[in-house]
Order: sequence, then C-alpha cells, then structure tokens
Amino acid sequence: MGEPYIEVHKVTKVFGGRSEQAIQMLENGKSKEEIRQAIGVNVGVDRATFTIERGELFVIMGLSGSGKSTLLRCLNRLIEPTAGSIVIDGTDITTLRKAELLKFRQRTMAMVFQNFALLPHRTVIDNVAYGLEIQGISKSERLERAKEQLKIVGLEGYENQYPHNLSGGMQQRVGLARALANDPEILLMDEAFSALDPLIRDDMQNELINLQHKLQKTIVFITHDLNEALKLGDHIALMKDGVVVQTGRPDDIISNPANEYVERFIRGVNLSKVLTAADVMKRPSPLLRVRDGVRVGLRKLNEAGLSSGFVVDDEQRLMGLVSAEVLAKSAKGPMQMVGECELRPVTTIKPETSLEDLFQLVVETNYPMPVVAEDGKLQGLVLKSSILEALASQGGERNGVSASEAPVIPVD
Amino acid sequence: MAFPLPKLPLSQWIDAIVNWLEATIGPFLTDVSNVVQAVVNAIIQFLNWVPPWLLIIVFAIIAYRAGKWKLALGTVIGLLLIWDLQLWRDLITTFVLVILSALVSVVIGLPIGIWSARSRGVYRVVSPILDLMQTMPSFVYLVPVLIFFNIGLVPAIFATVVFAMPPTIRLTRLGILHVPVDLVEAARAFGTNDSQLLWKVQIPIAMPNIKAGINQTIMLSLSMVVIASMIGAGGLGADVMSALQTLNVGQGFEAGISIVILAVIMDRVSQKLGGRNANVTK
Repeated sequence: MGEPYIEVHKVTKVFGGRSEQAIQMLENGKSKEEIRQAIGVNVGVDRATFTIERGELFVIMGLSGSGKSTLLRCLNRLIEPTAGSIVIDGTDITTLRKAELLKFRQRTMAMVFQNFALLPHRTVIDNVAYGLEIQGISKSERLERAKEQLKIVGLEGYENQYPHNLSGGMQQRVGLARALANDPEILLMDEAFSALDPLIRDDMQNELINLQHKLQKTIVFITHDLNEALKLGDHIALMKDGVVVQTGRPDDIISNPANEYVERFIRGVNLSKVLTAADVMKRPSPLLRVRDGVRVGLRKLNEAGLSSGFVVDDEQRLMGLVSAEVLAKSAKGPMQMVGECELRPVTTIKPETSLEDLFQLVVETNYPMPVVAEDGKLQGLVLKSSILEALASQGGERNGVSASEAPVIPVD
Repeated sequence: MAFPLPKLPLSQWIDAIVNWLEATIGPFLTDVSNVVQAVVNAIIQFLNWVPPWLLIIVFAIIAYRAGKWKLALGTVIGLLLIWDLQLWRDLITTFVLVILSALVSVVIGLPIGIWSARSRGVYRVVSPILDLMQTMPSFVYLVPVLIFFNIGLVPAIFATVVFAMPPTIRLTRLGILHVPVDLVEAARAFGTNDSQLLWKVQIPIAMPNIKAGINQTIMLSLSMVVIASMIGAGGLGADVMSALQTLNVGQGFEAGISIVILAVIMDRVSQKLGGRNANVTK
C-alpha cells in the first residue's frame, strides 16, 4: 500500500468528433454545457487526474451522467480516451497496440458489470472459465480454476446451472468469480451492486471488503451511492459533469467537502455509518501513569474534579481504570505507585468502530469509552457528548487532535 | 400523355448484359450445370433406390429426435399417404431440391448475414439486393437463368436459392445485432478478439434467430420449388402443373396435399432440431 499504481493524468473523452477543438475549449475554461452548445460535441470526461495506490479500493462516485462509467471504461479502453495518459505499473496503456491491449485485458484487468453480463448460453462454470478460455488455457485447467473461484464466492454446487436460474445476488457472485478467475491485478467494478436488493447489496459489500483483505487486488469501484462509496472506499473520487470534483479519504470528503456540490451530496449521508470512533474521540486527560505516585494521581484527579481516571503504562498502553477512592485508600497504605493499586478492567473500542455500533455501547456504559488500537495503546476517549456533537456538526474531528480536551465525567 | 423525355433503353441494356454474360461465361456455366445436374441426379437415384419404408423409418427417427411421438407418428402417416398416392418419386425429387437449395442458401447466406451485421457499409449494399431478390417476380429471372444453365434441376436450384436466401441473411444479421451490448462489452473486457467474439458470444446468442432464418429459408425453398418445376425441375410441382393444364382437379389436390405434408414435416423438424438448448437463451 502507498505506492502509486494507476496514474490517471488529464484523461478526457469527447464524444462526437471535433475533439481537438473541444479540448482546446476545455483548456480555455469553457464548461461542458458551453461546448455542447457551441460545437455540439459531448464531453464525457474532462481532464480527470488522480492516482490509485496498489491494493486499495478506489471508488469513483457520481450521479448518472457524471462520466464515471465512461472514465472506468477508459481504464481498459473499452472507450478510447480522446486525450490524456493512463499509466498502470509504469506502462501507458493508451499507447498499447491492439494485440497488447487484448493481452492486457486478459491478464491485468477484469471487469464486473452492473447487470452481471453473464453469457446466457453458458453454464455458471463455463461463464467463470470464460476469461481463461479466451487466453487459450486447457479445458481441464480452466474448469479447475473456475471451480476454485466459485468456492471463494460461495457458489459451490451451482457449476452446471444456467445464469437465468440464479438470483441477482448469485449472478453477481458469478460475475465476480469470472473476474477473479483471471487472477487480475485490477478489478473494475461498474455499479456492481446497484442492481441488487439492499440487504443482498450490504452482504456483497461486506464480502467484497473481506475478499479485498484476502486477495489485495487493486479495485476501482463505480457507484452512485455515497453510502456505498464511503463504506467501501479507501479513497473516493467524486465526479460531476465529467470533472473529478474531489478526491480523498471518505472522512476527508465528509469533513472537508471541496465545494457546495460535494456538501449537498453528503448531506444525504447517514453519518453514523461513516464516522468512526477515531473521528469523534477526544484526547484523554488527565491520564494516570503506572509509575505516578499515588498522591500525584490523586491530585491529578482532584484538579480535574473527577472520581476516577484511566491508567496507562510507559508506552501508553491502557491498563485499566482507577477510582479516587482506591487511590486515597492506597495513599495511607504501603503502595507507592498507581500501577500497584487495584485497577478495574474496562470495555474498550477500536478506532474503526462505526458510530452506529458505538451508540449501543456508550448508552450501556457510564464512563467514557477508551479507544484502543491493536497494539494496545490508548488513542482517545469517546464521550456521549462527542458523538452527538459530531452528528450535529456534520463534521467530527480527526484522530483526537481536537482543541477541546475531554473532561472525564465523574461517575460511580 | 407520353412522358416528355425519350424512353430509357433499360431493357436493351439488360439484354446486352445478359448476352455478354452468355457469350463470356455461358460455356463455363453449362459445364457447371452439367456437373451439378449429375450429382443431384445421383442423389435422387440413390434415394429412389432405397425402399420407401426404410426412408419413412429414417424420417420418423429424425422427427422423433426433433420432437415427440406425435411428430414421428404424423410423419409416418403423412409419408405413407404420399407413397400410397404413388407420388413417392416426385416427393424425393422435391425433397432433394429443397434440401440442396436450402443448404446452398445457408452456406452463402450465413457469412453474408454475419458480414452485414459487422459492417454497415456491407449492409447498405446487401439490403437493396435482398429486396430485389424477394420482390422481383421469379419468372423474370427464371428465363435468363434458363439461358445460362439450360433446362433442368440446376436453374431450379438457382432460382430457389435467389428466392429463399434473404431470410437467412436478414435474421442472421438481426440476431447478431440484437446480442445485448453489455455482453459484447463484457466479452471485450476480458480480452476477446474479433473471431472469439463471433464464435463464443455472438453466434451462440444469435442462434434462435439464425434458426428461425434457416427455417424460413427451407419454407421459401419449398414454395419456390413448385414454381421452378415449370423450368423442368420435376417433382411434386410438376404434378401440380400438369393437373392444372388438364383441369384435373383431383390430381392437383393429391399433389397439393403432398406438398403440404412435406412442408409441415420439414417446418416442424427444422424448427425443433437442435432446439433443445434454445431454452437456455433468455
């Protein structure tokens, strides 16, 4: 992760001839609509520029007519870009000759379609094996590999069915298996889940995320559904009228919409699904350290007016919760350090927990929820109030860098 | 009132072309005609040598494979009736003519249909020719065909092919053009080249249409073979002709009903043969 894998640079698609003139007009700052009225050509994609990292799930999102599907098809040249370059792993695919392009489509990229686009005259297994057949792989080998893919997408036993006998969700699994059978580096998914029922769509999204963790493909996913984009995307490119309006991580787009269009877009989003604990947590303060003297700890709590506090070790790992009462008792006894006192275990949450899941926990517990990363380090605290604040402001602050420090609410 | 301009010498032009063709390729076509005639006669003689009951059994088996018991039973009853009416030899002649004409039509028509589906320019040329082939009264080209091929089976086959080929071309083209765009796109996305696209995607999906075209071609062949009997093709059509000339209504009906029986059998069988996997296409 992290290295640029697909570099899309000023890719433009003009439909209907006079392309040079249209591109010149675009460079001069004319809008798509102005060009259409002036010379009657349609600009599908307007100088799209972005970078996709290896192994990430990159979502291109926009409403219908925004040029997202055209842009996706430029990536494998099902639609020839009029101008611009698409460099994939060092190769500018816009310069590939026909034979090279066919090979590239066979080996490097595979595509999943909105309406599944399964061949109706072939059985499920022959559909999955289609790409391998095109490459000239022997029948026994391709059927074996196709069978493996069907297993991965959970369609074992359906090999000899015909596509029209399957439900939409199953058909799209076949579509996914067909794409995966080629073992491509890149998966292009064109509104792959849009034709499915909401519940099935949700399942498929989760499975795609799981698959992605397992297989580490680079996925370019097209959708018109912002919730889907935010759920799936490592990065999102928002398109409008052929222009990439904004690219960024999902929460960047939510918290810093580049313009009014994006802002209007995200107003319809269910924030509780998008924001995570990391987005709303506050800096924990005061913190007691295991090596703090008991009296120091007690004073910290008293100064903050709290009845208990979280204890971390030298490496910021959360050890537990200690109450002022226990500290006060210990101060009279032999124990010298906070770490030696009786620490209460606490329920912790992960930074990537969504707000939706947080609601329940926060309601049930009566102290702030500590956010703990996988290495055990305390990242921050989630308070009831910070959740509400985030939802109200439609923003939320990132990674506990908020200026306001969280007072630990006195409870017990 | 006469048209103010002089009459175009269209008929003279056509005559000149026909004469020129006759002079240049006439002898060659006569040779071709003789060879084809010999082959067709051999086939007809062979089928006449086979006892009718054996052929009826063979037809019944084919009908059974194509359809069900009903079709096989109907085939047997119909063919027995024709045998009983002593029209068996004429039936064989007509049958061979129809099959050969349809075969030639399909062999030529399929590639033209595919080609005109892939190239708009080709279709622009082919389409008016097809209109011409289907609407030009057949007698108009029967006569020049006679000049080239002499009287007999070959001009009959030629005329039948001209008349019967258009549905194969049109429906093949239509079937291929109606292959859903997203399927073609999906195939392309997997790196399918042009010939793979044709054989693995377009033709299989267009198959129901192509079959319908072939069925139509067979039916048109049968109807044309009757007319073609006027130029010496023989067969059931000749029986109809002679009955008409002698105002023999009963004999005309016997030949007519035989043609209908043959038509129904060939229609049902050609519709259903190979149609078992037609139900998998949407």
